[in-house]
Amino acid sequence: MTKTLVLGIGNLLLTDDGVGIRAIQLLEERYMLPEEVQVVDGGTCGLDLLQFLEGVDHLVIIDAARLGKTPGSIARLEGDQVPAYLALKTSPHEIGLPELLFTARLTDIYPPKVVVLGMQPESIETSLGLTPAVAAHLNELVEMAAVEVGAVKC
Amino acid sequence: MRAVEDALGIKIPTNARLIRNIIEAIQYVQDHVIHFYHLHALDWVDIVSALEADPQATSELAQSISDWSKSSADYFKGVQDKLKLYVSSGQLGPFGNAYWGHPAYKLPPEANLMAVAHYLEALDWQREVIKAHAILGAKNPHLQTYLVGGMSIPVDPNSQAAINADKIAHLQALFAKAKEFVEKVYLPDVLAVAPFYLDWTTVGEGLGNFMSYGDFPLIDDFDPNKASDLFIPRGVILDRDLSTVHPLDPASITEYVTHSWFKYEDESKAMHPAEGQTNPNYTGPKPPYEFLEVEGKYSWLKAPRYDDKSMEVGPLARMLIAYASGHERVKFWVDAVLNKLNAPATVLFSTLGRVAARCVETMVLAEQLAGWTNELAANIAAGDLRIHENDHWAPSTWPAEAMGWGWTEAPRGALGHWIHIKDGKIANYQAIVPSTWNGSPRDANGVPGAYEAALVGTPVADPNQPVEILRTIHSFDPCMACAVHVLDPEGKEITKVIVAD
Repeated sequence: MTKTLVLGIGNLLLTDDGVGIRAIQLLEERYMLPEEVQVVDGGTCGLDLLQFLEGVDHLVIIDAARLGKTPGSIARLEGDQVPAYLALKTSPHEIGLPELLFTARLTDIYPPKVVVLGMQPESIETSLGLTPAVAAHLNELVEMAAVEVGAVKC
Repeated sequence: MRAVEDALGIKIPTNARLIRNIIEAIQYVQDHVIHFYHLHALDWVDIVSALEADPQATSELAQSISDWSKSSADYFKGVQDKLKLYVSSGQLGPFGNAYWGHPAYKLPPEANLMAVAHYLEALDWQREVIKAHAILGAKNPHLQTYLVGGMSIPVDPNSQAAINADKIAHLQALFAKAKEFVEKVYLPDVLAVAPFYLDWTTVGEGLGNFMSYGDFPLIDDFDPNKASDLFIPRGVILDRDLSTVHPLDPASITEYVTHSWFKYEDESKAMHPAEGQTNPNYTGPKPPYEFLEVEGKYSWLKAPRYDDKSMEVGPLARMLIAYASGHERVKFWVDAVLNKLNAPATVLFSTLGRVAARCVETMVLAEQLAGWTNELAANIAAGDLRIHENDHWAPSTWPAEAMGWGWTEAPRGALGHWIHIKDGKIANYQAIVPSTWNGSPRDANGVPGAYEAALVGTPVADPNQPVEILRTIHSFDPCMACAVHVLDPEGKEITKVIVAD
């Protein structure tokens, strides 16, 4: 059985930076997830998340990302696009995501399939809640994540 | 949590006390090892130099300092080949920003290769041992088993979901693994690296005042001021005088905002956190930041003081206070380290002293885990299944007004929370975290905090590559990765300001 991990990344206290966390919350709320899918709120943790990558075949990261597009835009990155995205350090927060995936490689547990679903934030100021521009596209992001892991609507 | 427990006069049950000690101790052990290998080691270890190491000589070196099993020439050759692959592909990841080849790196290639191997092993090890948190009923990585009054995980020898004999056995296996790594890898590595950097026993000493709130209660009805009631004792050391541990009076803790981006009515005075205020008042420059005016306000940290004195907190403070209080295991390991390095206790007041103190602390807590786990098992076996004090759960049982102080020693140092409860609501809440003590700006009297004081007199070979400054700042284990990361493009400007100081 292939093991899938959906990792939401971000800080709910920094406006749109929390979009990854909001997305996984809605994913768990609205969908029946296949048994082999684990959903983890990675928050702002770095290396602490390494244990969750063990034995994972398919990793889906949901994150705020500076894509240089209008707020709420979504990008799906896979394979070779992922290291390139990390090298640009486009993620606005210090999560240690590049370090996490780099150390996963070093310790030979880098998942065979890694997908990043990144959404362009409008604001990462200190505040709870998403900006309207990002909130308007949140459902889209959740649906993309659901398709990614084969989830069925409740 | 402890602030509320203090305000409401709650005493937690034995099982909750032991589980808290265990969760916290394994957190320390994991955190300190990660700090040493993954956040601090590369200030001392040149990984590019490791490419030139002779695997056979590395194996001999490793076997001369420890009987750790992973020490063959083939093993080190494998690590070196892996490293070569990364260096040649240019994918250095977190290794990319360092100052490889800097003259301040003193280790021979073989010691560098050994350290790189242990860097990688520590990654696997930490992933394994922290599973103890999941076993103890926490939603990892954000621990959620804590409750005001105790813990939420049930204790039931007959339930698979509760703490039972299987789980105790699993914990013991993990803790044995934790201890073995600290004893056979971390400690020998520190002892092997230190002789090459003995000049760092005279650099980075800083304030000379040390404070610990103490932690890890050994009995239910403990007296926090009694050194034998807490595994890590409470107290204050002033002016490097190890002959006296002063008792800690929480009423003497105050905070200034004279040089902080906050507002008080009278900023020449400090306020006690129980009636403290946090009114942000940013007066600093607008981005892009080029210069920080340190004569005025220059920090988002307040300036906490104890009895109007600036204090260092963290592993060095704790180990000095435990050592001076006559703590048996701390004394044993501190003396063992000092004997090995053939150095007097005064070398502890330094950057390298902080590195050594953190290692000693990891060792004594790793040793302690098995005992607390046995104690927990024995208490459960004796029929005590209590995990939570329910008497104060309903808000109707609370007094109309109550104040509380929650204190703990986090891995980075003394952590205090102050709560004022009024009519069932939080009227005021203040926290002083360890990095606020250590990273404190100057107070109304111009007295600097621990980082600032520790950097005075630090030799810097190349101002553009100030690895020496990183060594001292990292030795405190600052919790400011966020800030450092955000300011990354401006990094040079920041270090320039510090060097000029």
